[in-house]
Formats: sequence, structure tokens, C-alpha cells
Amino acid sequence: MDFELMINSFPKLLSAAAITLKLLSVSLIIGLFIGLLFAILRLNKNIFINKFAYGYSYLFRGTPLLVQIFIIYFGLGQIEYLRTTFLWTILKEPYWCAIIAFALNTGAYTSEILRSAFQTIKPGIIEAGKSLGISSKVIFYKIQIPIAIRQSLPAYGNEIILMMKGTSLASTVTIMDLTGVAKYIISTTFRPVEVFIVAGGIYLFMTFIIHNLIKYLEKKYSFN
Amino acid sequence: MELLAFGDTGWGDELFYATLMTIAVAITAMLIGFFFALIFTPLKLSKNKFLNLIANSYTTVIRGVPELLVIYLFFFGGSAAIMFVASIFGYGEYIEINAFMTGAFSIGIISGAYSTEVFRGAIQSIDKGQFEAANVLGLSKFGKFFKIILPQTLRLALPNLSNVWQITLKDTSLISVTGLVEIMRQSYVAAGSTRDPLFFYSCAAVLYLLLTFLSMKLINKLEVKYSRGY
Repeated sequence: MDFELMINSFPKLLSAAAITLKLLSVSLIIGLFIGLLFAILRLNKNIFINKFAYGYSYLFRGTPLLVQIFIIYFGLGQIEYLRTTFLWTILKEPYWCAIIAFALNTGAYTSEILRSAFQTIKPGIIEAGKSLGISSKVIFYKIQIPIAIRQSLPAYGNEIILMMKGTSLASTVTIMDLTGVAKYIISTTFRPVEVFIVAGGIYLFMTFIIHNLIKYLEKKYSFN
Repeated sequence: MELLAFGDTGWGDELFYATLMTIAVAITAMLIGFFFALIFTPLKLSKNKFLNLIANSYTTVIRGVPELLVIYLFFFGGSAAIMFVASIFGYGEYIEINAFMTGAFSIGIISGAYSTEVFRGAIQSIDKGQFEAANVLGLSKFGKFFKIILPQTLRLALPNLSNVWQITLKDTSLISVTGLVEIMRQSYVAAGSTRDPLFFYSCAAVLYLLLTFLSMKLINKLEVKYSRGY
């Protein structure tokens, strides 16, 4: 055990963890909007809209995240037309490509989580709102969405942790996140175990924090 | 389309063999995972606090740390660990373990952690009466486990095991970082030499979709088979 290396690499890995957290939070926020949008589309009665939303979630849940990042980072740059539009300023940055891939990926999973949450809302609750004369728009925003969010908290907590692990793939497109820096230190010092303990410890700590945060929210918003 | 031709001119046959490699790695990893689950599930269910702690730290660490980091640990640390063990027995030469074993082993350890949780949940949800009835019938410990508990566990665990299989299948794409030629690595090579990444990564996506779709169909059949009588 090379304890000196562990102590020396700790600050480097910690500052890389900040990048991991940034990637995670930005893609989760965008992904939540995408997920909500597609969950609503999934519940639409129009068969085309419905199938489109299903196809999106099937595509992104059925392929590895790595493929998605590579298609967006290496693949989209190949389309000549895209290079002339303003989108190119975003797509040439590996950082934004990673975020787009993560957001689309977590959006697909989030839409499934929210959809099942919407479907488990008891019809009686919506009927109660209707009989009170509340408009269906207000029922949706003030009754259905808050209940769905509460219902989906445990599953969404898992999704956050899965996504945090997913951000490690950003290191494959040259971003120096926690895993990227860990790999760099491993390949220069050939001390995989020590670096794994420190980097893994930081990841576990973040998992622990997220886990407890979700637990706290679940308690706060529980019905009884 | 000529890019996908079989033979020397296209990448069709290469991608085909790469797909076989992905399937081989995924199945090997899944079996290694079952082996780990077989060890750690009893530890998780045991009344001994110390054994519990070992099993819990295994599942917590593996499920809380990115797959890529675990792969790097075994990729860079694997041969060093084996050489260390070999040096105890007086063998000092350099040993290189092949990429297939490194990949299958690291993905297997990950899938084992998920499988352990699935089996634990399944065994815990078996009715207590089943254990008692087996005791009353005077079955031996092995008979009890293999004739009564295991068949029911399999039925309860199958839907969740299919999730683990999907995760394992998708995780195999990460082994491409070690240079093992599976779908992802082959697409990377093909994309590099033809300068057509969009096409080849889309091919990879289609191949993965095909694999997940087909395995879903297969697992559904198994689920029907194991639910006979319910």
C-alpha cells in the first residue's frame, strides 16, 4: 500500500469529483424535463404520439450509454449540414455532447418512472378534483404531478445513482471527471488498487449522500 | 451498404464475430455473477453479523462505484495480482491475462452484486410455511434447498434476473476500453478506418437493440415455463 500516493491523489480526485457532480446535476435537470415531457406523451391517446414516445424510451434503454455518447460525439460531427448551424458550437464541445447523451439517456428512464407513477394514481383522486369543479389543467398541475413525483421518488433515487455511475463514461470523450483522473493516475503510477480505493471511496460517499437525501425527501413528502 | 459486405471489402463479418464475442462475454459474465451470488446470498441471509458485513460491503461497493472504474481496477491490477500470487509459488515471469477473462471477470463481479440482491429478495419473499413444511417432511438440508426453495426462488427471481441480464449485456460495451474486440471496439476500429463513425456506431446501436430484443423474447418464454401452475 502506497499511502503517500493515496494522500497526494486525494485533492486531484476531489476536484475531479466536482466535474462529475456538475455533469450529473446539469444532465439530471435537463433529463427531468425530457422525462416529464415524454411521460405525458406516453399517456396521450393518439397512437402515433404514444408510439413515438415509446420508441424513444425503447431506443435509449435498449442500447448502452457508451454507444449513445459515441454517436453524438463522433457521429453527429460527420453531418456537413450540422457544422454550418449554431448547433455546431455546442456539438464540438465534448462536455456538451456528454451532457446531451446523459440527459437523453436519463430522460428515457425518467419517462418510464413517471409514466408508471401517473398510471398508479387512483382515479378517485382525479374524480374528486373534478367533482369539486377544478379544471383539468389545475388537476394535472396541482394534483397529478405532485402525487406522481412523490410516487416516483424511490425509483428516481435509484436512477440518480445509476446516472452518477453513468457520468464516468464522460472520461471516454476526453473529459477529466473523477474516473478520467483516476484512470490517468493509474496509468502513470501503475497503482490501481490505491487509486481505486480513493476514487471509489469518493463515489461511495456521493452515493451515500444521494441515498440519504432521497430518503429525507421521501419522509418529508410521505402521505401520512 | 457495401460497408457491411462480408469478406475483405466490408465490415459485415467482423461485426458478426464481434456480436458473437459480446454474447460470449455477457454469458460468461452472467455465469460468473451467479457464482458470486451463490457465495454471497447465503452470507447476506446469515444471522452472523460479520458474514453480513462482508456480503453487504460487496454489494454496496460494487453497486455504488462506476463499472468503468471496476474495469480499470482489473485491467491494470489483474495481471499484477496474479503475478503476486504466482511469485508466492516461486514463479517470477511476467504473466498477462487475456482481455476476455479480464472483461468477463470484472463484468461478472458487477453482475454478481445485482444477482445477489435479486436472489436475496426472492428467497426472503418465499412463504415461511414452505421452509416449515420442508422441515416437517424431514427433508435433508440439500433436499430442502434444491427441491423446495430453489425452484420457487427461480420463479420469483426471473423477472429481476432479466433486468440484470440487460444491464450485463449493456455493460459489456465498456470492456471495449481494454481492447477486447466486441461490438463497440469493432465499430470503433471500423469508424476509424472508414471515417464513417455515424454509420458504424448506429450499426452498433442496432446490434445491441437486436440483442436486447431477442433476449427479452427468450426470457418471456422462460417466465411462462417457470410460472406453470400459478
